[in-house]
Amino acid sequence: MIAVAVDARPIDIGAEHAAIAGGGAGGVATFTGLVRADDGVVALELEHYPGGTEAALRALAEEAVARWSLTAARITHRVGRMLPGEAVVFVGTAARHRAAALEACAYLIDRLKTDAPFWKKETLAGGERWVDPRGSDDAAAARWEP
Amino acid sequence: MATEILYFAWVRERIGMASETIALPDGLTTVGDLVSWLAARGGGYAAAFEDRSRLRAAIDQRFVTLDAPLGRPREVALFPPVTGG
Repeated sequence: MIAVAVDARPIDIGAEHAAIAGGGAGGVATFTGLVRADDGVVALELEHYPGGTEAALRALAEEAVARWSLTAARITHRVGRMLPGEAVVFVGTAARHRAAALEACAYLIDRLKTDAPFWKKETLAGGERWVDPRGSDDAAAARWEP
Repeated sequence: MATEILYFAWVRERIGMASETIALPDGLTTVGDLVSWLAARGGGYAAAFEDRSRLRAAIDQRFVTLDAPLGRPREVALFPPVTGG
């Protein structure tokens, strides 16, 4: 079961987790990304590419399900304005055994960082700024190349 | 054939609009050619496209490099490197 969503509403982590448990899974691995208050960030605005973002997320989830024989993969990404401490992304994977679920979950968040069209803009006390990508994100995604 | 051009993040802000519909002129071979043609309009376009190393593109929702063939797309998106997650 594959489900991807881009939504302006807060992410309900419990509901996300419940949606991928079951279906013969022996384990569920999840990652939740939170808005950091680095450098005095007071709010974060997430922009996406309607249609293109969902297609990219679905392609990643399909790759993960095939590569690790998952029973379920779910990616929910929030967009719009959010505050430090709030969840910006949820990635959940379910599999018969833990290794597949854990690896696939790490794969999905690493690849999402470099392959899914989202853009972050930070609001600070003195104004706004677009976030630049980090080189370490490219390295994290590259480690999954066959 | 009309092509929808989409702009995101600071590319959108510099150009001052999220999308526009354009009849692509003859002679544009690659995505980079389209970028050069748009940049030649000057103003916000020139500012948005001044650093090609910080520009990414998608044709019909598929990520491509700037040297990719343009073809006859329905939709081209131009945007900065992504920063989700």
